[in-house]
Amino acid sequence: MKSIVFIEKNPVSGKLRNVSIELTHKAYTLSNPLKGEVVGVFAGDALPENTDDLFRFGISRLLYFTDARLKHLHSIAFKHIFEEMIRCEEPDIVLFGATHTGRDIAPLIASSLKTGLTADCTQLYIEDYKDKGKILYQVRPAFGGNILATIITPDHRPMMASVREGVMLLPEDHLNHPVKIEPFTIDFNESWVKSEFLSVIPKVKKVDFGSANIIVSGGAGVGSAENFKLIRDLSNALKGEVGASRAAVDFGFAEKDHQIGQTGSVVRPKLYIACGISGQIQHRAGMEESQKIIAINKDPEAPIFNIAHMGIVGDLNEIIPVMLRYLKEEG
Amino acid sequence: MKKIVVLAKQVPDTANITGNAMKEDGTVNRAALPAIFNPEDLNALEMALTIKDKIGGEVIVITMGPPKAAEILKHSLYMGADRVMLITDRKFAAADTLATSYVLAETIRQFGKVDLVLAGRQAIDGDTAQVGPQVADKIGFNQITYVSALQEFDDNYLIVERDGEVQTEVIKTGYPALLTITSQSNTPRYPNCRRMLQYFRADVKENFSDPDKPAAEANGWVIPTCSMDDLKLNEDRCGLKGSPTKVHKIKSIVLKGGDLKIYGTGQTDIKQLVRDIMKVYVEVN
Repeated sequence: MKSIVFIEKNPVSGKLRNVSIELTHKAYTLSNPLKGEVVGVFAGDALPENTDDLFRFGISRLLYFTDARLKHLHSIAFKHIFEEMIRCEEPDIVLFGATHTGRDIAPLIASSLKTGLTADCTQLYIEDYKDKGKILYQVRPAFGGNILATIITPDHRPMMASVREGVMLLPEDHLNHPVKIEPFTIDFNESWVKSEFLSVIPKVKKVDFGSANIIVSGGAGVGSAENFKLIRDLSNALKGEVGASRAAVDFGFAEKDHQIGQTGSVVRPKLYIACGISGQIQHRAGMEESQKIIAINKDPEAPIFNIAHMGIVGDLNEIIPVMLRYLKEEG
Repeated sequence: MKKIVVLAKQVPDTANITGNAMKEDGTVNRAALPAIFNPEDLNALEMALTIKDKIGGEVIVITMGPPKAAEILKHSLYMGADRVMLITDRKFAAADTLATSYVLAETIRQFGKVDLVLAGRQAIDGDTAQVGPQVADKIGFNQITYVSALQEFDDNYLIVERDGEVQTEVIKTGYPALLTITSQSNTPRYPNCRRMLQYFRADVKENFSDPDKPAAEANGWVIPTCSMDDLKLNEDRCGLKGSPTKVHKIKSIVLKGGDLKIYGTGQTDIKQLVRDIMKVYVEVN
């Protein structure tokens, strides 16, 4: 069971995207027990700075193609390059990060290879299927996160899947594979470049959920943009990050970058404090793996209490100020 | 004069799912869900109409789905679409994105030289964002996904902003091209009153009684449909047959009941909660 992982670089930092490392490890756990190899494929203007991380998490070879024109997302060029790499390597499984780049290129490749692609998987595992031998089972939420569907691609190869950042966990222990970085040869065809990138403006990153141990989130129950200051204050007091439900973003209480859930970020902090968040499935999909969940909500029937470890039934606008006062006292 | 095709989908309103949306056996009770115009497809239609309003052209909205999906085509007519097409056939059932994109791409070819194809970034029932790119691949158009703004355009080019997650990309492309549009790009217009009066009876042909059919045809109320045979499609590439991915099983998400410790709202209770929070805080800092 050979796997290919699409390796992506953050164009702003020049480093690997976390999702590439997460998928490397995932591919290793799928392929290694079946004596399969994990190959990374990369195309871009230059290799990411920290490629060693890939080998620590299970890639045995990194195939790469670099060309100055690949600084930007020329979808068609990327499609041809990765398609050729896949044809040469003949993997059983191809994994992509469900980033705005992965979701741009992966469907083109699946279309060209006439194979199946399952988007935004939350679980991947291998099991026997009828007389087809071992295949990849791809679990993904659908219908706004209300159902979990297990998708299979029984008759086509490769079996392609994408996974969002933060969904697959990294292990504590690292591997130490020998490093093999191999250039890939392909004639770059000028006709693959169809767009002209006039300018690129880095977004100022306001939110960093990846390194936050504590996240304090507000939902519709916060009531107003002014009240949302309480969420930020509590988060500051705990040196945490501010999260928001989709409703809070839709109401304009918080900016979109803060959104957690099916259509926002997926987080897994040590402590998640959900304030005025009812806990609709769309939100839970982004936070239910948190180690400890505290819910503050007026409605004792709110579904958030079903997944919370600690809860207070009451008005957050009264409770949070008291919490802030005690936090100050406790130092 | 540009010929613009908009890809639209009628979807269950997954954002407003209520208790009875799931059946006892864990499958989706579609009858309990209101069917709506996929929100980002409305943004795609708005962009098509904006372009047409300035440089002229024809806006054609197509959708693949059951006869009921004609509702969104009617709405498209209200908003200003020049032509619509319902692609409907039982043989299309259970199509995944590969089979769907095959049918849509072949339909687009029927319209001759198309300059621009616009689609919503993704549909809210599946959230895959795959159909747009897979159509682009099949018709050989340049592709720009996650278009968050239309900056300028004329007969020869378009300049758009793309949401590149960590960066905003300003991209210029010539025609033909396929763009997938996000909800940030614009605010879809309201239906036009005059057009609502003109098209309020619009429907698929089979829903008009025989005596009404001539009048419906004469007034442009008949929403045209096409089937697999009309499009001369390869049956092996349609529907379940043409879909490499299969749904193995489906389950509704069940809340896992955890050990919940409820604190009171008194001062001492809140103080205890803060102490418990501090234990985690000290661990991580």
